[in-house]
Amino acid sequence: MTDLERHDYDVVIIGAGGSGLRAAIEAREQGRRTAIICKSLFGKAHTVMAEGGAAAAMGNANPRDSWQVHFRDTMRGGKFMNNPRMAELHAKEAPDRIWELETYGALFDRTPEGKISQRNFGGHEYPRLAHVGDRTGLELIRTMQQKIVSLQQDDFAATGDYEDNLKVFSECTVTELLKDSSGRIAGVFAYWRETGRFLVFCAPAVVLATGGIGKSFKVTTNSWEYTGDGHALALRAGSTLINMEFVQFHPTGMVWPPSVKGILVTESVRGDGGVLRNDTGSRFMFDYVPDVFRKQYAETEEEADGWYDDPDSNRRPPELLPRDEVARAINSEIKAGHGTEHGGVFLDIATRRSPEFIHKRLPSMYHQFKELADVDITKESMEIGPTCHYVMGGVEVDPDTAAAANVPGLFAAGEVSGGMHGSNRLGGNSLSDLLVFGRRAGSGAAQYLARIGTDRPAVSEDDVTAARNRAVAPFGREGGDNPYSLHQELQQSMNDLVGLIRTAPEMREALSRLQLLKDRAATLTVEGHQQFNPGWHLALDLRNMLLVSECVARAALERQESRGGHTRDDYPTMSAEWRQVNLVCSIAPAGDGIELAHQPLPKMADDLIRLFDRGELSKYLTPAEMAALPVGVQD
Amino acid sequence: MTYDAHFRVWRGDTDAGDLQDYIVEVNDGEVVLDVIHRLQATQTPDLAVRWNCKAGKCGSCSAEINGRPRLLCMTRMNNFGADETVTVTPMRAFPVVRDLVTDVSFNYTKAQQIPAFAPPVGVAPGDYRMAQVDVERSQEFRKCIECFLCQDTCHVVRDHEENKQAFAGPRFLMRISELDMHPLDSRDRKLEAQDRHGLGYCNITKCCTEVCPEGIHITDNALIPLKERVADRKYDPLVWLGSKIFRRGSSTGGARTPGA
Repeated sequence: MTDLERHDYDVVIIGAGGSGLRAAIEAREQGRRTAIICKSLFGKAHTVMAEGGAAAAMGNANPRDSWQVHFRDTMRGGKFMNNPRMAELHAKEAPDRIWELETYGALFDRTPEGKISQRNFGGHEYPRLAHVGDRTGLELIRTMQQKIVSLQQDDFAATGDYEDNLKVFSECTVTELLKDSSGRIAGVFAYWRETGRFLVFCAPAVVLATGGIGKSFKVTTNSWEYTGDGHALALRAGSTLINMEFVQFHPTGMVWPPSVKGILVTESVRGDGGVLRNDTGSRFMFDYVPDVFRKQYAETEEEADGWYDDPDSNRRPPELLPRDEVARAINSEIKAGHGTEHGGVFLDIATRRSPEFIHKRLPSMYHQFKELADVDITKESMEIGPTCHYVMGGVEVDPDTAAAANVPGLFAAGEVSGGMHGSNRLGGNSLSDLLVFGRRAGSGAAQYLARIGTDRPAVSEDDVTAARNRAVAPFGREGGDNPYSLHQELQQSMNDLVGLIRTAPEMREALSRLQLLKDRAATLTVEGHQQFNPGWHLALDLRNMLLVSECVARAALERQESRGGHTRDDYPTMSAEWRQVNLVCSIAPAGDGIELAHQPLPKMADDLIRLFDRGELSKYLTPAEMAALPVGVQD
Repeated sequence: MTYDAHFRVWRGDTDAGDLQDYIVEVNDGEVVLDVIHRLQATQTPDLAVRWNCKAGKCGSCSAEINGRPRLLCMTRMNNFGADETVTVTPMRAFPVVRDLVTDVSFNYTKAQQIPAFAPPVGVAPGDYRMAQVDVERSQEFRKCIECFLCQDTCHVVRDHEENKQAFAGPRFLMRISELDMHPLDSRDRKLEAQDRHGLGYCNITKCCTEVCPEGIHITDNALIPLKERVADRKYDPLVWLGSKIFRRGSSTGGARTPGA
């Protein structure tokens, strides 16, 4: 094929968000020639949308904080479904990863002693989030983007070429992973969005850092890029996904005007004193504290308000429960008829904090509401409601190396990986996850290259031809659906039938609709030509969205309990038996369908389980598990 | 309120193109990007436009609306009367790729040429100590979402393609200023700002500040202070004399550019 651009690299990283950039920095620093491929321009990845901060137990705001406390909070937030080794590594390494960013030039907000300031967030026992106002994600992306440039400048000084060892291929989309005859990763197939020309990257190691799946839902905080590409690539390459039923609906998305419905309103509003009220003005969250969290949350407004200044003698306000709890509470209020005019509830910071404080701590929120909704948040309440935000599920990985299951040479980090956050992610744990496991994936890839030495895999030309034919197929067809309308139908179905609250009949309905959509997607028709054609791009992304949506619906139908980001109206309680089960999705050997298997959840090491007392563990574990606890677990 | 708006959108590629007229539905609360998306979904499936976050945070959907550089996602339709024609064109200072998408690689090339943060020698990670009041100056500039509207509007390059070589543009002169004000950066950046990145071309007309969607005071807080510090270094007679005697600042020497 003559119109094919070819490149050779040691490591190819798909995605230029936080985890992709951190993986690239690591791989390059370990001496590996590295390519970063991203669908958008460099520096635009979804990580820029992260607002609140990055959780790390540095102990700057409260010296009692430690990795053990952070680990405990993370497990509680995930309702004990987390991969405990991942939660352990995350809690231990997050502080170093944050401090490292300062050596790249990051400028976090400071404490009076000049250390990194840390803010309160839902589910975190102490103020723990390193932050820059409410634009922390932007700071992370820009810092690592500039670190990459700095490494390129080192290469320029040494070789005269900025891009000799580390190159960003922006506005470039990967459509297939390529493997050699023995099943190892051999490279990727991609196209330039701008020209529609195809590329093949030969590389023994590929890191998936593609983020989430939110664009399959109608109301979402996620951008167009979040089409589950990495999830689908991993599946098609023979790897597995876990926990796909756990989808986080952020409690506070904008609800008005319709065109901004779903856009994120940061949890920092609540961390900094904002409260939720229904149409009668009542602070309803006090009515929704679940038993497992009863001990840690305030029962009166007075106690809750006292906590901001004196956290040692007051318990936390219930507005700062983990996100799944808050989202469900808001949903219940709206369903009970206590919602606002536009179908949300009120988030009030105006009566609680001074305009100066709000401008200083929440500048982007002020800007966002002023510009998009004509609401001055220093004077009025915001109207908010739940919005699809994050998928806890993802590629099954080895915690230490980020290696993906079943496919040698494939790695995954960040939102596309599964296990770290269990059934529900705590706010602030995403940015630190990106850094910790992005670095581990880059390092895992470098170690893998050292292991294979000169035995490098070869790309099969037949696979390249097949990938190319599949990519151009929508142009050759006539009379099929338009990709935009198909996408809208998919989003509506997922939103209505596999959303925040789920029931078996609705999910069965979703699965049959997905099957119909899949059939129609096979005959999608695209107008125009290959040069920067968004209709064509969407047609290719839809294939991934449909596959991943099926995983979510299948796993959600299977799990007969309610836990974290999976709430069943027909199975409303948490089940200790189901806690022991990871649901694993793979591609059925017959073809394009999804196969679901049960797999035991990895066990917590003894020293980790001793961080909890028996009373708390008994709320999550089966009697048999309780009987088998190691010695030394406190009562 | 729903009405049909008259849109004129530039369609074309590197070879040719022109404004095309569309009648398209507009609903309450929408922004220009919503209307462009409706065009894609209903009339022009191959209309090329960059966008990502749709919340003014990523800086992808830069274009010119009725001639003014703006983000499509942060321009509300209620800025315009229902009978007003809304004209959407690509950024003028950069080469067109297709429709509303331009080749912004100029900016990435310039970014590569600005020397990176130089960490302080002998300070371990975790030991960085900075006062809030000191980091705030650079933090203002780090709010930049790299929409490149300031680069687009700056007349130094907007009307003078030939200046692109010598002039980094407001975004990247601001980056130098940001690093220069970083409490722990250990590099002296003043001379190179003038001699290598074309600070002298800027004649502080503040167009960049006017179009910045983040409201950053690019001219007042970044460029003018940098100019003042360059002047202190380059034109203070005592510093000049000292530099002749002690040869300081030689690490950032190099040919002077026109206008410097």
